[in-house]
Amino acid sequence: MTLSFFDQFMSPTYLGIPLMALALTLPWVLYPTPSARWLNNRFLALQGWFINRFTQQLLLPLSLGGHKWAALLTSLMIFLITINMLGLLPYTFTPTTQLSLNLGLAVPLWLATVLIGMRNQPTHALGHLLPEGTPGPLIPVLIIIETISLFIRPLALGVRLTANLTAGHLLIQLIATAAFVLLPLMPVVAILTSTVLVLLTLLEVAVAMIQAYVFVLLLSLYLQENV
Amino acid sequence: MADRPVPVVEKRLMDVKLGELGSWLGGRDFTPNGIISAVRRGHDRYYNKYINVKKGGIGGVAMLLVGYMAMSYLW
Repeated sequence: MTLSFFDQFMSPTYLGIPLMALALTLPWVLYPTPSARWLNNRFLALQGWFINRFTQQLLLPLSLGGHKWAALLTSLMIFLITINMLGLLPYTFTPTTQLSLNLGLAVPLWLATVLIGMRNQPTHALGHLLPEGTPGPLIPVLIIIETISLFIRPLALGVRLTANLTAGHLLIQLIATAAFVLLPLMPVVAILTSTVLVLLTLLEVAVAMIQAYVFVLLLSLYLQENV
Repeated sequence: MADRPVPVVEKRLMDVKLGELGSWLGGRDFTPNGIISAVRRGHDRYYNKYINVKKGGIGGVAMLLVGYMAMSYLW
């Protein structure tokens, strides 16, 4: 019984085409490109407003060198938020529950920020390894600690996204199964469980959006330090 | 009514008679370019009918998502 709960995280294939391929290309279909007209449709107006606001907020703390990353960070955010939200629909597959995808996004981007910092301003980048105002004897220990924390960042980025989404999906499935099984036995408890399920789904919607945002925000933070 | 005979391959699917279905399928363009252009045409038809309208509502996107759910169920 426990094994079947994890079936939702296996990528099913049909005629050799994995559902992952469909799930990964769907965000591209959902965001149409603006046409040459001045006034497009409502959908595009909403989309344009959201993307502009987000990019403006994201680029506020970044210096001019970080503005080159605007397209990348915005498209990453749109991608993650769409994939997470689509995964909440029944029977769909969420690619971000796979650690391979999240690490594949986190490691190259984090490495890029570090390399940019090391290449353009090595002293400043290395200076981040020691916070200001540290007492003398603590310096060696702190440098080691800061180096470890630097190298753990991509792992944390990837695993955070994976763990949050996987845990959320699993909880939804467990509580839904509990409510379903309890319905013929103890209807009142089943109703209480259903209430918990509704609240949990709302939480999952929030988590889906927040996790995407946190991913991109932290990345922009690492960029801000290094650019 | 029948002013000039049209080649089978160029007819739309709803105009093809059942007996002609085999030759219609055989004449269609199944190269990668052909498939991509067919997907493009289908997407443009759906987009211009349901989403690219002045007062579009949630229906256009909702139909797409329900179709996606249905396909995921079958997959």
